[in-house]
Amino acid sequence: MGMGRPPLTQEHDMLLTTLILGLVLGGTYALLALGLTLQYGIARIMNLAYGEFTLIAAFVLVWALQSEGIPPFVSLVVIAPAGYLFGWLLYAVMMRPLVQRSGASGRLEVDSILATFGLLFLIQGVLLVVFGANFTSISYLDRGVNVFGVTVALNRLIAFGICVVTAGALMIALKRTRWGLTMRAVALTPGSAPLVGIEVNKVARQGFALGTALAAIGGASMAMYQTFSATGGVVFTMKALVIVIMGGVGNVGGALIAGLALGLVETFVATAIDPGLTLAATFAIFLVVLLWRPEGLFSKR
Amino acid sequence: MMKLILPLIALVVLALVPLRLTDYGLGLMIGMVTYVTLASAWALFSGHTRYISLATAAFYGIGAYTVAVLNEALPYPLVLLCAGLIGAGLALVVGLSTLRLAGVYFVIFTFGLAELVRQLLTWYEVNVTGTLGRYIFLDITARDIYWQMLGLCAVTIGLTAWINRHRLGLALKVIGDDETVAAHSGINLARTKLIAFTLSATILTLAGAIASPRWVYVEPAIVFNPTVSFLTVIMALLGGANRLWGPALGAVPLFLVFEWLSADFPDTYPIFLGLLFIGVVFLLPNGVLAGIETLRARRGKGKEVTA
Repeated sequence: MGMGRPPLTQEHDMLLTTLILGLVLGGTYALLALGLTLQYGIARIMNLAYGEFTLIAAFVLVWALQSEGIPPFVSLVVIAPAGYLFGWLLYAVMMRPLVQRSGASGRLEVDSILATFGLLFLIQGVLLVVFGANFTSISYLDRGVNVFGVTVALNRLIAFGICVVTAGALMIALKRTRWGLTMRAVALTPGSAPLVGIEVNKVARQGFALGTALAAIGGASMAMYQTFSATGGVVFTMKALVIVIMGGVGNVGGALIAGLALGLVETFVATAIDPGLTLAATFAIFLVVLLWRPEGLFSKR
Repeated sequence: MMKLILPLIALVVLALVPLRLTDYGLGLMIGMVTYVTLASAWALFSGHTRYISLATAAFYGIGAYTVAVLNEALPYPLVLLCAGLIGAGLALVVGLSTLRLAGVYFVIFTFGLAELVRQLLTWYEVNVTGTLGRYIFLDITARDIYWQMLGLCAVTIGLTAWINRHRLGLALKVIGDDETVAAHSGINLARTKLIAFTLSATILTLAGAIASPRWVYVEPAIVFNPTVSFLTVIMALLGGANRLWGPALGAVPLFLVFEWLSADFPDTYPIFLGLLFIGVVFLLPNGVLAGIETLRARRGKGKEVTA
């Protein structure tokens, strides 16, 4: 460790540390935002309970390690498809009736906001009963690794790797496969997609389920390196929402870049000013985007 | 005429109630009137426009915290005035940055607002003033609080009734139905929404300020309680957010149910809340009042057919 490390000034060292830690955090955020943009862009469900989905996965991962001794890598293999199944069922049972009820009117947005707001409290209540209100964390592969002269915990690097692989695979699938094409068609013009033989209901359900799976993977990888509590879901949802808006709704590449950017800004604020102000930083960015380019930073006007 | 007399009689009766109540009963009445005020004020903006505000706790908490900071520095009426102004100022900031855009931006901004204000205040108190946690020592009895809150409640419902009959209310209804139509008929969308939202937020802030002496000890984590936002929305929805008396009708029974639940099932109570909320959204999307009307209309039709 630290072999061949060039003699850096302390300031430069700090900056590089912030940069790398920020990118690692940004990876998780980007993945979370990707899931949310799938749910909102394809399934048209504005999901305010999204942060609670990530927390379920995080708690399950910690529980599996602590009481069953199952290593996080193994539980991740179960958590991701379980998240997909959970999202699939939730869409079929809860969201589909709302979609049907709203028909072509603009009601779905308000209805989905209200329904998922109720779901938020329901899940939070269950998490509080099952896992308690305390902050939770695990120490898993908590040893330092040298990255460009900066010591980064191995668990953070693994989490970052999981996010990069998942997001990359999804990007390629969306861009290159026929399945991705139908997904994008529904996101772009849900009204005309049926004309070319696309079953919108099925695609919307898949989009929602896939978004939930991403929330689960994001939450599980976050649990490997960060402390969290049952009442912290709102903050995750808020950050993911702001990233989605920054990148432009439905813009997958935009969400990735915006997620990394938010991770960087947040880590910078946390180290340079105060860790208690990270949500304030998110809101500040949100305000700038709203006033300057509400259609997203990367959209062509 | 009856429409005016009945509420006035009710108001007089309600104002006399605390003379014959125990402390516990008075506490219940204060809570109930507070939630009727919150739900009615919330519906003043969100009822017709269908812009769901999730920031009730933010304004309510700001009202309470303003009193906690200023109660020893200024006379009480001035403290209330300050609280109202701060609430209105924040509403203007939120409104100006989001209400020109699609409704979703507004929802997102209000969604995190209570948590944001809580974190900012905590940071400020810890790092700048060095006092996390403040005391409210005011010479205000529970009865005084009740009467003030009842007054605010009456003003809120009266204001809603007045708005509903005037241009502003009509404009809000059209905006809720179809924004494009509203814009084409010459309504200034952003300004109309901004006025209604600011009025609503000012009342929410005042409610927090009036209720605050009940706490005595106040810190950001106590006053910015997300449950307040949640309860307000479900109460207004249950009764019918676009009716004058809808929010009050939803607030009274739900407040009593929540009091009972939170006392007897403190741990599982958020689960009940969530289930109830989802139930209301699915079964009574337009509220109880509208539900009864459709039921009546259906029965009326049934009779005609059989006759």
